[in-house]
Amino acid sequence: MGGPTFDDMTQQGVRWTADQVLALAPDAASRKAGSRLGAAGPWSETGSSGEGTVWGLCKGSGSKPYQTVVDIADTAGPAYKCSCPSRKFPCKHALGLLLLWAGGDGSVPDAQAPEWAEQWITSRRQRAEQKRTSGTAPARSADPEAARRRAEKRAERITAGAVELEQRLADLLRSGLASAEQGGYALWEETAARMVDAQAPGLAARVRELGAIPSSGSGWPVRLLEECALIHLLDQGWLRRERLPESLAATVRSRIGLPTAAAGPAVRDRWLVLAQYDTADGHLTTRRIWLYGEESGRTVQLLSYGAAGRAPALALPVGLALDAEVSPHPGADRLRADLGEQFAPPAPTAVRPEAVSTAQAVARYGEALRDDPWLESWPVTLAGVIPTPDGDGWQLADADGKSALPLGASALSGSRLWRLVAVSGGAPVTVFGECGHRGFIPLAVWPEERGEPVPLC
Amino acid sequence: MNRIPGMTESSCSSWEELVTAALLGTERRTPPVVYAGRDAPTALLDAAAVQTVRRRAGLRPAAAATPPEPAGQDPRPPLPPAARRRLAMLLADRPGAGSGGRRGTAPDLMELLPQWLATANEHGYAAPPELLPALLDAARGRTDLRPQALAFAGPRATWLARLNPDWRFALRSAPGGGSALPALGDSAEVEQLWQEGLFAERVTLLAALRARDPSAARELLATTWSTERAEDRLMFLDSLRTGLCDEDEPFLERALADRSRNVRATAAELLSALPGSALAARMAARAASCVSLDRTQGQTTVVVEAPHECDADMERDGVVPKPPAGRGERSWWLGQLVEAAPLAVWPERLGGRTPEEIVALPVADDWQSELHGAWCRAAVRQRDAAWSRALLGAPASPAAAGPGAVSLAERAKLLAALPAGERAEWVAGFISAHGLSEAFQLLGVCATPWAEPLGRAVVDALNIARDAGSYPWSFSGVMGLAERCLDPATATGLDGLTSIPDEPEDASPGAVGYWTEAFQRLVGTLRLRATMRAELMAR
Repeated sequence: MGGPTFDDMTQQGVRWTADQVLALAPDAASRKAGSRLGAAGPWSETGSSGEGTVWGLCKGSGSKPYQTVVDIADTAGPAYKCSCPSRKFPCKHALGLLLLWAGGDGSVPDAQAPEWAEQWITSRRQRAEQKRTSGTAPARSADPEAARRRAEKRAERITAGAVELEQRLADLLRSGLASAEQGGYALWEETAARMVDAQAPGLAARVRELGAIPSSGSGWPVRLLEECALIHLLDQGWLRRERLPESLAATVRSRIGLPTAAAGPAVRDRWLVLAQYDTADGHLTTRRIWLYGEESGRTVQLLSYGAAGRAPALALPVGLALDAEVSPHPGADRLRADLGEQFAPPAPTAVRPEAVSTAQAVARYGEALRDDPWLESWPVTLAGVIPTPDGDGWQLADADGKSALPLGASALSGSRLWRLVAVSGGAPVTVFGECGHRGFIPLAVWPEERGEPVPLC
Repeated sequence: MNRIPGMTESSCSSWEELVTAALLGTERRTPPVVYAGRDAPTALLDAAAVQTVRRRAGLRPAAAATPPEPAGQDPRPPLPPAARRRLAMLLADRPGAGSGGRRGTAPDLMELLPQWLATANEHGYAAPPELLPALLDAARGRTDLRPQALAFAGPRATWLARLNPDWRFALRSAPGGGSALPALGDSAEVEQLWQEGLFAERVTLLAALRARDPSAARELLATTWSTERAEDRLMFLDSLRTGLCDEDEPFLERALADRSRNVRATAAELLSALPGSALAARMAARAASCVSLDRTQGQTTVVVEAPHECDADMERDGVVPKPPAGRGERSWWLGQLVEAAPLAVWPERLGGRTPEEIVALPVADDWQSELHGAWCRAAVRQRDAAWSRALLGAPASPAAAGPGAVSLAERAKLLAALPAGERAEWVAGFISAHGLSEAFQLLGVCATPWAEPLGRAVVDALNIARDAGSYPWSFSGVMGLAERCLDPATATGLDGLTSIPDEPEDASPGAVGYWTEAFQRLVGTLRLRATMRAELMAR
């Protein structure tokens, strides 16, 4: 790192917004504690360097202030170090410091890093450099033969699991879905546990969701049949994966839950961060980040996981664009990707994703299903749509007043809907979101004329 | 078949048959599928998988509903970017449940929101649309925020409030410029809304018109007065409080004959606040007949002869005949007469004395607190600075030995009638003499930021409190006010207080550290306020 481009770009320092900083918080309590620390009061000797480092001393309850330093230039998201005893990550001091810096009121001046901050940065950068030079050297596959044997063993387990699951689905259909209503969660929890044992986490997650369907309101038999049929399809796909086209086989493997690695050639582009949101499933937090490549016109999704209540490590500032490489994973839809090297810190951009009409949006989803029948939704950007109340729900209506996409139920609660409606004010807007069989989930909105994207999640 | 509300799909009759077979079970219902060598459940699942993907792939957009009318344009300029981020930060600091504990050294951001909004409104900025939901949610929880928040939020907030029942309060209390209001100069539209509007819209219209053109508002109200319901008349009459003037007298005088007692009482109260009104003159005559000087004793004394009855004319002028439980009716009537009489009557009646001299006179037979209390209420109602000053007395005099204005609440109200500078000086004197423990209410009526003698008095008193060794949370109310009301420019003078001094011998354990923390928060908050102001000034 540290080429001339990098320095030029950061001298001015593109500061993040408070929202972007707060998105890093591991939980609501940290967000709150961090906002309280985002003011000059407890801070001293703060500063930031052109290389994307921010540091400061924060007065705590003890006599010695905490030393907080954040490296925001790291390709894998910001890195933090704080001398406080908190096990939250990032801690409230790191969040407060970034908020102070984001405030841009001169309380974090450009400066030379003090020694304690410099040491940490230098050693971090060195480690990163070593990692890079050693490349993605396959450290684990020292013994390819052993790895192959492990993979075979796992495939056998999954096959056994898939066969067992097929049997259970057949039993269910034989006695009727109505019996599932009495069975409740326990039946499916047990089956899901069997799939975990079979090392097929994708199957396990799908099976676990079946348990909630009978209590999900009217029309549940339809939804239950659909999901059972798709699990059956996935089982069959796995059992016949040898005979599938390679890209579909890759999709099946990834849907089953086998880890995939980025395989395609890295694509360098200016990637606009469209959305970042977390979903929690048990102890695991999954963060999804949508990127749009200004040159390539591609939309890709980055995934990052946080276990046991920790925030996922990867965090990108929504609304800014990064000059970076991403490497797509194998699979038919080619949505999933990994973030590679970042060549410059995030910067604002006027570019918006290529937009489609509501009819084109559902057509895109339909086409994508051809390659991946298990797809819940497809990322699209709608232009010139008006958020419109429709009975109990809302829809995004084409400005010509002909057709519309209903918003998905999960988009109707919370602040997301109202932020979308507020930005629109009854006028057409551009909306990025996920278009699927459950409706449209808006994730970012642009005012029609000009302006930065407003995150909705 | 319509699984997604509003989304249509290519229909398929066999899908429904598949669902029925699946629901009942293939043992009871043979699925309508080709088996091709598979068992019935597997064949059913195969067919269902094909149908599921087919149904999803064949989705079509729904028919568009009628979009809402666009929100009114907001012609105000947008916020500077730094101020926009600051607002987002203030709104993100929503008070959560169970935060508990002490406050630490960081500023209380939510408490700074009112100031931020007031400054933004002074500059006439438009609110960023994406922050309106958070702003409306904040105003929903705190009624004191609403006037400023809604003025800042502008026409789009009222537009949003029509779509979200949670924010309906924004329609009720839209200050002046709700988008529902017609241009106030357009008399035909005003007339139409007044005739046909909902009650809330009419209250808003009347208040807005009254703020702009008091006579026009009164005349508008007079056009329909006789047909309004009693509760509505009361609300409408109340809106005449703004911009009350002598021209209102004939209308108010007519309202004294209203069918509703509450309307009569409000009309009488408004008239008594007009010292030149006929009602005020009648009250003056009644009150004066009850109070006189007795020079026969060694010392000139005020003698009170409370009224013996409450006649029909008094009742018509708003005197409530029946006292609350536990009060004698004669003193009750006296209090009302003196309260409603113009204060100018007293110097004339009591030997040409100034208000100070009158207040200093002894009052015979324990009538002092009754009489002085009524004068206090009159001074507040008539916003009379000279009488307020006299009744407040010297700030250093102990409350119990002062004139009639014994209670702090009354003193706070009297202070409001004084000019801002004098108010600050009086409260500063009070704090220097009595410390902070009783100053909270008085500080609340002082203009912000605090004028210099007051700011110094508060800081000095806090410093003294710290040196006395008590814990800072005994003063948390004043500390919070100081954070919001001290002039940010004083922050530099406070740096000395944020260092940790030696613990005094008799201090409560750890108090010194907590004080330092509290002062750090004070200084931090003042700095933040200065920054907020600068951000809003930047164009």
